[in-house]
Amino acid sequence: MATQHSRSAARLMMAPAVVLLLGWMLIPLTMTLYFSFKKYLPMRGGDLGWVGFDNYVRFVTSSAFWPSVMTTLIIVGGVLAITVGLGILLAILLNQPMWGQGFVRILVIAPFFVMPTVSALVWKNMFMDPNYGLFAHLWEFFGATPVQWMSQASLSSIVIIVSWQWLPFATLILLTAIQSLDREQLDAAEMDGAPATKRFAYITLPHLGRAITVVILIQTIFLLSIFAEIFVTTGGAFGTKTLTYLIFQRVLESQNIGLGSAGGVYAIILANIVAIFLMRIVGKNLDA
Amino acid sequence: MARAVTRQRKIVNTALAWGIGFLIFFPILWTILTSFKTEAQAIADPPIFLGFNWTLANYEAVLERSNYGRFLWNSIIIAGGSTVLGILIAVPAAWSMAFVPGKRTKDILLWMLSTKMLPAVGVLYPIYLLCIQFGVLDSKIALVIILMLINLPIIVWMLYTYFREIPGEILEAARMDGASLREEVLYVLTPMAIPGIASTLLLNFILAWNEAFWTLNLTAAKAAPLTAFIASYSSPEGLFYAKLSAASTMAIAPILILGWFSQKQLVSGLTFGAVK
Amino acid sequence: MFSNKSLHAATALSLVMGGGAFAETITIATVNNGDMIRMQGYTDKFTEETGHEVEWVTLEENVLRQRVTTDISTKGGSFDIMTIGMYETPIWGANGWLVPLDNLSEEYDADDILPAMAGGLSHEGTLYAAPFYGESSMIMYRTDLMEKAGMEMPKDPTWEFIREAAAAMTDRENDINGICLRGKAGWGEGGALITAMSNSFGARWFDEDWNAQFDTEAWANTINFYKDLMDESGPAGYASNGFNENLSLFQQGKCGMWIDATVAASFVTNADDSTVADKVGFALAPDTGLGKRSNWLWAWALAIPAGTQKEDAAKEFIEWATSKDYIELVAENEGWANVPPGARKSLYENPEYQKVPFAQMTLDSILSADPENSTVDPTPYVGVQFAAIPEFAGIATDVSQEFSAAYAGQQTVEEALEKAQDLTNDAMEAAGYR
Repeated sequence: MATQHSRSAARLMMAPAVVLLLGWMLIPLTMTLYFSFKKYLPMRGGDLGWVGFDNYVRFVTSSAFWPSVMTTLIIVGGVLAITVGLGILLAILLNQPMWGQGFVRILVIAPFFVMPTVSALVWKNMFMDPNYGLFAHLWEFFGATPVQWMSQASLSSIVIIVSWQWLPFATLILLTAIQSLDREQLDAAEMDGAPATKRFAYITLPHLGRAITVVILIQTIFLLSIFAEIFVTTGGAFGTKTLTYLIFQRVLESQNIGLGSAGGVYAIILANIVAIFLMRIVGKNLDA
Repeated sequence: MARAVTRQRKIVNTALAWGIGFLIFFPILWTILTSFKTEAQAIADPPIFLGFNWTLANYEAVLERSNYGRFLWNSIIIAGGSTVLGILIAVPAAWSMAFVPGKRTKDILLWMLSTKMLPAVGVLYPIYLLCIQFGVLDSKIALVIILMLINLPIIVWMLYTYFREIPGEILEAARMDGASLREEVLYVLTPMAIPGIASTLLLNFILAWNEAFWTLNLTAAKAAPLTAFIASYSSPEGLFYAKLSAASTMAIAPILILGWFSQKQLVSGLTFGAVK
Repeated sequence: MFSNKSLHAATALSLVMGGGAFAETITIATVNNGDMIRMQGYTDKFTEETGHEVEWVTLEENVLRQRVTTDISTKGGSFDIMTIGMYETPIWGANGWLVPLDNLSEEYDADDILPAMAGGLSHEGTLYAAPFYGESSMIMYRTDLMEKAGMEMPKDPTWEFIREAAAAMTDRENDINGICLRGKAGWGEGGALITAMSNSFGARWFDEDWNAQFDTEAWANTINFYKDLMDESGPAGYASNGFNENLSLFQQGKCGMWIDATVAASFVTNADDSTVADKVGFALAPDTGLGKRSNWLWAWALAIPAGTQKEDAAKEFIEWATSKDYIELVAENEGWANVPPGARKSLYENPEYQKVPFAQMTLDSILSADPENSTVDPTPYVGVQFAAIPEFAGIATDVSQEFSAAYAGQQTVEEALEKAQDLTNDAMEAAGYR
């Protein structure tokens, strides 16, 4: 067991990281809280005094609030479903014997290195544009009317773009997990005549539980705050306004710092609800 | 017979995997191909895949217009600096969490992760004002610190899960031999953790390289990295697919190449404790 | 190599600073459109003439706005010159955030700036930003397709005529859309078009008491007319088309008509980029006979944020970049059609420039836009395609998002107008207007 000595040394070693993150959390949080109770309009002279909970009420009663929460959850949920689902399939495939596995892995991992802005620009202009995009040509080739991705399938388009970016991450983690699966156990099950679906449901999937949890946890953290993909593609139109984007509009387009800050506090609350929810699962799955 | 089936299966697997790999990679490939076309060829109907006159004109145009070298250099410094600084701070923290866990270790870890959920745009004004206060607007040092803080939770988490897999007995043995704490971390733990640290370094370098909110909003001319470079090509007038592709290729090429060369290291440590 | 003027300026400066500071490095934030990028190419000439170095921060329009607005409202001091528009200038000027440009040199000839532009870039008679180029909007149309349709474009058509002509020119088989118009969300994109268009339908944003007017007949007529017209004769996905998208469509011969910024005229008639360069005609933006046309007024202008340490060097740059000499410089190297238009009277008096096919129509369009008096019914605000109040950008972006959703068929026009009405009144209440 650890000695008293190493215990206090451990605290000391943890201190820089904890203090820094505490500062990083508390200083902006305090300032956000402070602004959120103010009428703060830079364009109209800045600080115009305290307004109590006005900003909070206004933000939550605006017609854009609940749709933006829904949009946020749909995007996060959609991307998670796609990346985890396809990630599992892809991981299983990549775990099979084949030639050039290393090369395929290089191909699959590539989207993860692409800046969000760049991938949004490329998808929007070169694939989803209804006149010049590759998808439009493809649809026309098969005699179909090209889809107007950005306006008529806006939310799906964003989910597709973001999923493409995060699929490599999910696949890699799931692949590492699958590789640690006991090959003999699977072979034995196969000998016993268990069909592939059963083998997957009773052996592979339970084994992946932990990895899936990790993928969901890490991705959710990043997905809750996606911004560039929306900014570049739809600019928040066509029902793609997430909570983050709504706050962006209040802060930078409306130049209403107080209102935006109140929105920021709501976003923190939402993030924490999601976090608590996640921690529950993670806590269970990650033991101690 | 059994052998033939395996061989057949291997062929199917290979074909399927290569096909899917190609599909996933295709958007990047298409961007690279388009960057060598003329603007007219870039939007040709039907699309041209390889049979076009390869040209470097787009790259020349981009290089003439922007100081690419400076953007690249800033990206390297900011991403590299924040990653190294983050590792320096995270290694001791992760070490103590992994080997001297307390009752609250788990809570602290999860709390650290939750700081990442703070929506950046909500705190743009506070941070901007702080940067002005400290005179670090448009400086690399401000971005190094901010990106370090943003990624610190991930770094701590990754290192923590990696350290936990190191058997405690080895440390015990070292302690028995009279190794001090410093020596223990430096000579016993660190060498064993090199693959994990390498993977953490790489992942966070990538995350910092691609961060596009703070790097764009806190910089002007001096500290602007490649994310700002791409913002000057995103929607100019008229036909721009080829030039946009060239700029995009230039923005992602360094990290793509680095990623490919180091993917073994990246992958080996990228488990976040998902594997027991 | 130093001109007399800059020597004077330099001497004055070194006296003030007690010697030493001679050549400065100024940082300029600018938008990534063609004319601005061309100017960057000539920066070396400026450095040669004055010794001052220039650092460019070139950003896409939306990012630029967000960047410079944050910086100026927090007094961040990241930039010595900012590229801003007609919307920001009077508001920022009123806040004391910009250096007044009232003592420009004799040879710069500030009186030569078109009054419409100078007016829009001033607050209480003081100029706060110098126009690099100015624009209105007008109709650009394909003369060959118009002929084929058996119609003739009048100099000042009505919206009814446009609708007929668009239907007649549309040829879906050959991928030709009768008309291309902006539908993209954003107050400076589709928002600008629809607001300017609404002026000609007798609509306005606010009545004299700052009540939103989206519940009026005039607005319903505007949006319904726009949507019907575009559904009939517009390109696929028009609800997300902005200036750039329409420009490439027109250049590729996929539009019969396009009503947009007058600066686009030089791009669509430039044979290097446009496949229809020799088949473009121009006309005034349409009306409905109510006395107002649907053309806007805008300028991209250079302004100096108050508090910069390099005010003199910045002023020198602005004088250089928006001067008559700069126009000459571009004309010499790239031809008269490519000079920055719409800023100076003298340009339109130049016989060389008068030969440019779109010169006269651009000037007529600019002259027919009146920010002080842009609507049929009286309003409390100034501005043609915007209302020059700080809250407008935020509100209009939200409103145009609702409109775009209606264009795309995600909601009805009535629903969009209802939401627009509510959110506008709500925001105006929050800002204390009502």
